[in-house]
Amino acid sequence: MVTNVTSLTGNGLRDWLVQRITAIYIGVYVLFLLGYLIISPSINFTQWHHLFSCLWMQVASIIAIFSILLHAWVGIWTVTTDYIKATKLRIIIQSLVLLYLSSLFVWGIHIFWGA
Amino acid sequence: MNKNRPVNLELGTLKFPPMAIASILHRISGIVIFLLLPLMLYFLEQSLISKQNYQALLGVLAMPLIKLVIWGFLAATIYHLFAGIRHIIMDFGVGETVEAGRMSSIIVIVAAVVAILLLGVWIW
Repeated sequence: MVTNVTSLTGNGLRDWLVQRITAIYIGVYVLFLLGYLIISPSINFTQWHHLFSCLWMQVASIIAIFSILLHAWVGIWTVTTDYIKATKLRIIIQSLVLLYLSSLFVWGIHIFWGA
Repeated sequence: MNKNRPVNLELGTLKFPPMAIASILHRISGIVIFLLLPLMLYFLEQSLISKQNYQALLGVLAMPLIKLVIWGFLAATIYHLFAGIRHIIMDFGVGETVEAGRMSSIIVIVAAVVAILLLGVWIW
């Protein structure tokens, strides 16, 4: 079996499945947020803050940022593997991407949990 | 290697069928979202910290350049979402022929353009 050390799960089929599951979750989350903003044009801070301070929204948002971490890792891994042929450079860039995404994930938890 | 072999890198002579365009736009939109995530998270953070930060953010979001960036982010998100839905439908074995793929690519691109224009109207 061909495995790849830098891909998310090291297994193409598993990466593929993770990418699809997280895609559906993020899609539903984004459509909910966009729909909420479109149907409430005169929203104020109190309503906006109330939405994000509900426990269910905090949980949903943290799962969303976690899904984005996994989804973006698979996606950016695929693109960098396709276009960056120099192995050393590719590993360095993929490591930086992982650091970047992890930072955003932790920052996201901080934002959502503290709201 | 034969140095006289035919090399065809004239961009004007390369053909890009709708499927190729839909595919590369899916990648580009994904990278745009990836790169703009910190800015969007920053805006979200400012909107939730306090009423003062929220009001200050409204002022920032009213700036034309910032509006353009937000529109760009939303455009990339909508396109990525539509192209992703097409992908998942095809994963279920629906529309996998060349003709269906061509048709669904065109539908995704046209639907995304319409939605992106509507989002532009909504923002401005």
